[in-house]
Amino acid sequence: MNNIIKKFLPQILAVLFVVLIFGFLTINAQTNMDNRGIDFGFGFLSQESSFDVQFSLIEYSGSDSYARAFLVGLLNTLLVSFISIIFCTILGVIIGVARLSSNYLIKNSAAWYVEFFRNIPLLLQIFFWYYAALRALPLPEKANAWFGVTYMTVKGYYIPAMVWENLNVFLYCGLAAIISIIVLRNYANNLRDTQGKQIPVLLYSIALLIILPLLSFLFGGVSLEFELPQLKKLSKISYIYEGGISLPPELIALVLALSLYTSTFVAECVRAGIEGVSKGQKEAAASVGLTPNQVLKLVIMPQALRIIIPPTTNQYLNLTKNSSLAAAIAYPDLVLVFAGTALMQTGKAIEIVSITMLTYLTISLTIAAIMNWYNKKIEIKEK
Amino acid sequence: MFKLVKQLTSLVAMFAVLFAFSTETMAAKKSKTLENTKKRGFVRCGVSQGLPGFSNADESGNWTGIDVDVCRAVAAATLGDATKVKFTPLSAKERFTALTSGEIDILSRNTTWTLSRDADIGLTFVGVNFYDGQGFMVRKGSGIKSTSEFKNGTSVCTNLGTTTELNMRDFFDSRGISYEPVVFEKADEVVAAYDAGRCDTYTTDKSGLAAQRTKLSAPDDHVVLPETISKEPLGPVVRQGDSVWEDIVRWSLNTMIEAEEYGVNSSNADMMKTSNNPAIKRLVGAEGELGAAFGLDNDWNLRIIKQVGNYGESYKRNIADTGILPDRGPNELWTKGGILYVPPAR
Repeated sequence: MNNIIKKFLPQILAVLFVVLIFGFLTINAQTNMDNRGIDFGFGFLSQESSFDVQFSLIEYSGSDSYARAFLVGLLNTLLVSFISIIFCTILGVIIGVARLSSNYLIKNSAAWYVEFFRNIPLLLQIFFWYYAALRALPLPEKANAWFGVTYMTVKGYYIPAMVWENLNVFLYCGLAAIISIIVLRNYANNLRDTQGKQIPVLLYSIALLIILPLLSFLFGGVSLEFELPQLKKLSKISYIYEGGISLPPELIALVLALSLYTSTFVAECVRAGIEGVSKGQKEAAASVGLTPNQVLKLVIMPQALRIIIPPTTNQYLNLTKNSSLAAAIAYPDLVLVFAGTALMQTGKAIEIVSITMLTYLTISLTIAAIMNWYNKKIEIKEK
Repeated sequence: MFKLVKQLTSLVAMFAVLFAFSTETMAAKKSKTLENTKKRGFVRCGVSQGLPGFSNADESGNWTGIDVDVCRAVAAATLGDATKVKFTPLSAKERFTALTSGEIDILSRNTTWTLSRDADIGLTFVGVNFYDGQGFMVRKGSGIKSTSEFKNGTSVCTNLGTTTELNMRDFFDSRGISYEPVVFEKADEVVAAYDAGRCDTYTTDKSGLAAQRTKLSAPDDHVVLPETISKEPLGPVVRQGDSVWEDIVRWSLNTMIEAEEYGVNSSNADMMKTSNNPAIKRLVGAEGELGAAFGLDNDWNLRIIKQVGNYGESYKRNIADTGILPDRGPNELWTKGGILYVPPAR
């Protein structure tokens, strides 16, 4: 009995303490809001927002609700985070490997890159890319075409839009290709384990990925046309491009700053991971006759990844949270649209800020869950 | 003996009740905000992050502008010294939270008086110190002479968290023009982006356009279009729930406007004490007990006029002489063709 009390009393007290503090804060906020005539509630979410947003992945106008404005902001946050995570990973791996290069120039440039970009505050980098780009980029009418059909201008990057016919057939073919690749891989693994035979899986996979969608063009009635951006006159001296897709400069600057900044941390994780695998492993692998490529793929990487994944997860989380700095350069992310304009127009500070915090928490936990699952998958399996 | 004790007790109780009642009625006249302000020794005033003519700080941190003068007037009235103000620069997004949370006591930051702000979020607007309206600025070279020449795809730079965002949508929607809103948190960022050519037009209150134009790299290359697309009555705001403080701020502003109406200014205010006009005498504290109504002494309005000046002086000093808006337009007195009209101080 005495033991049970000793064991649980501190924990019960701790829980009680936390509950009391939250209770106090809630009651305090409630009384203060009552005194000032502010009411609490989420009814505003269904009201008409009556403001427009610059850039949206879904159909949105001022006559939609605040809830939809929230969704617009959320999707924009996810978009910029997703693109930046991909870029920072690719860049980070390249830089990380480059830091271990035996070539003096490559090794030192990579080291300089890392030290430079990780030691300048991110907000400054965002401002730099945005305003430097804005100052340096040409006006639409003076822009030269990149790759013949795209235009980088002060008002955004204009690329051709794809006009599909029978897009679903194409997508089904892509899906079929992916499924057949998975089947092929399992078959190849099975073949290797039972008969010791190797087949070039990568080559076959690429072939499948190209040929199946291509067939859909030939036989599935799929057609793809490009709508090119056309210069249009707005007034005597101002032009824009019409048609095609416009990527706003805010998005480009933000992706650039976020991926350059975060890639330095990813690079350090990669370097730590590779250096963390003991030299003996490499030598042993080489001495049993594996080629350098196989050494990297079969011996070093599987062990290095175990070290790389957990800290890289942190970097992805940081990147997503840092994307909230978007508000500084007018990229309509969750903070700008919802915790900015919507908060101002409704005055529901507590409600909106709590929703925004919960949303970021959910995004972060989801990323963490995915990365943990991946980490579980590749960690040492004791047999 | 026992009876006496009982009687005494009831007597004490009666007094206690009476006393409690009288302090209660006294308290109703008192302003918690005023008390705290006096204790602190300065007025806490929320202003913009830099809008020439309205609230702008120079290199040494001195704030000037007609919004600043409202806070200075309140400081002169309540503390006797117009310099005893602590200014907090706020973004459009932060301003209301700063006021409702009690970080500042007056918000004098070119804020538009609207129904939802007044009624919904714990604020009270006390009056109007500038009648404004939303307009558009474009490059002169564009040849655009009127808002009717805007075409589909026009990109528009503006500030976050303002009525501007809503008016802009109403404007373009009702005309069926598609546009690209580029919304920044700080005014300086809007100016920088517009200057760099990110946007075809910059929209905000016309006074703001006139003021921000001076910050552009080549101000003369830009022009404010003649149309006004909205009503923007700008004025000081206080927290809901302290009606005495609300009255102090309201009548400090009204005093400045009425002083101009009666020709009382910072240099002649003392002489006006001997005026024949009772209205003027009330305005300089020589007649009536107007200050007592808010728990202030009788010279409160005289100090405002002497230390800050009347509305006309404030306008001339901050807006006309700086070349922002030399023409007073609707912000002229009702007696001179404008719409400045305040209730009488009596």
